[in-house]
Amino acid sequence: MHRLLLVLCLAWLGVAGAQEARPLAEDPVLEAKVMRIAEELRCLVCQNETIAASHAELAVDLRKQIRQKLQQGQSEQQILDFMVQRYGDFVLYRPPVKSSTWLLWGGPFLLLGAALVGLVLSIRRRRVPASMPLQRDEAERARRLLGEEKS
Amino acid sequence: MKRYLLPLLVFAVMVGFLGVGLKLNPREVPSPLIDKPAPAFSLPRLDAPDQQLALQDMKGKVWLLNVWASWCVACRVEHPLLVELASAGVVPIYGLNYKDKRDEALVWLGRHGNPYVASLVDAEGVVGIDFGVYGVPETFVIDKEGIIRMKHIGPVTPEVLRDTILPLVKKLNA
Repeated sequence: MHRLLLVLCLAWLGVAGAQEARPLAEDPVLEAKVMRIAEELRCLVCQNETIAASHAELAVDLRKQIRQKLQQGQSEQQILDFMVQRYGDFVLYRPPVKSSTWLLWGGPFLLLGAALVGLVLSIRRRRVPASMPLQRDEAERARRLLGEEKS
Repeated sequence: MKRYLLPLLVFAVMVGFLGVGLKLNPREVPSPLIDKPAPAFSLPRLDAPDQQLALQDMKGKVWLLNVWASWCVACRVEHPLLVELASAGVVPIYGLNYKDKRDEALVWLGRHGNPYVASLVDAEGVVGIDFGVYGVPETFVIDKEGIIRMKHIGPVTPEVLRDTILPLVKKLNA
């Protein structure tokens, strides 16, 4: 009798546990959308992780916020704006191009340009003048070689 | 001699950038809320959960909002300083009890002292998100019009209090 009760209790526990996990599977479409937005956002607690990947409590809370806002019918842009208002452009993995970030976006191209200019300059400087006259012994050697070829 | 000049210059610039980079704290993200109105809230008090405290109730005074929790280890570091500041009576400190359990929070205050005029209960951390909180403890300086003037992330140190927070409070009160 006791054993049966124990089995029943354990079985009930299993059911309870299964129910707890339900919200995730309830709406896979919504959850995919939550995750897509969360991929765009940086977790401020562990800064090299996205909110989608992080297990930090703040990331869990922010995913919950995204889910709620989607359920309220907010657009992806509205949700991103909500995050930027609170945490700044730093939360975006793709920061917008504006006056404070143009160096971030343009910097690599500036460096590339500078390197190209440097390369061109140094190649030009190194180029040997084409019309350098032959020394006497060089001329002699050239004639000899040409002469050998003829014969 | 001249050909060493350019590499040396590049090296000096790199050392400059790296040197500055070493001194920066990557964990401190500048808050976009500085000089913006504090987000509105209305939360129950920790000591009297049936009473609500809202942002409007603080209008007309300069105050500090200190985000804390009983589970937060770093909060214990700054706490004696806050208790001292509260007893000096320079500026009212309000607490935001962030994602905490009420009984544990009360025990914690009993053990370490209570520097807060009142603590607001943010059990779900929603108001914390509105304030852009990402690491407890955090401290905000809010002016008479309810505008956030400064945010400090991490434990308040005596230096920060002396050199930044107190002069700012004095200026805002003038």
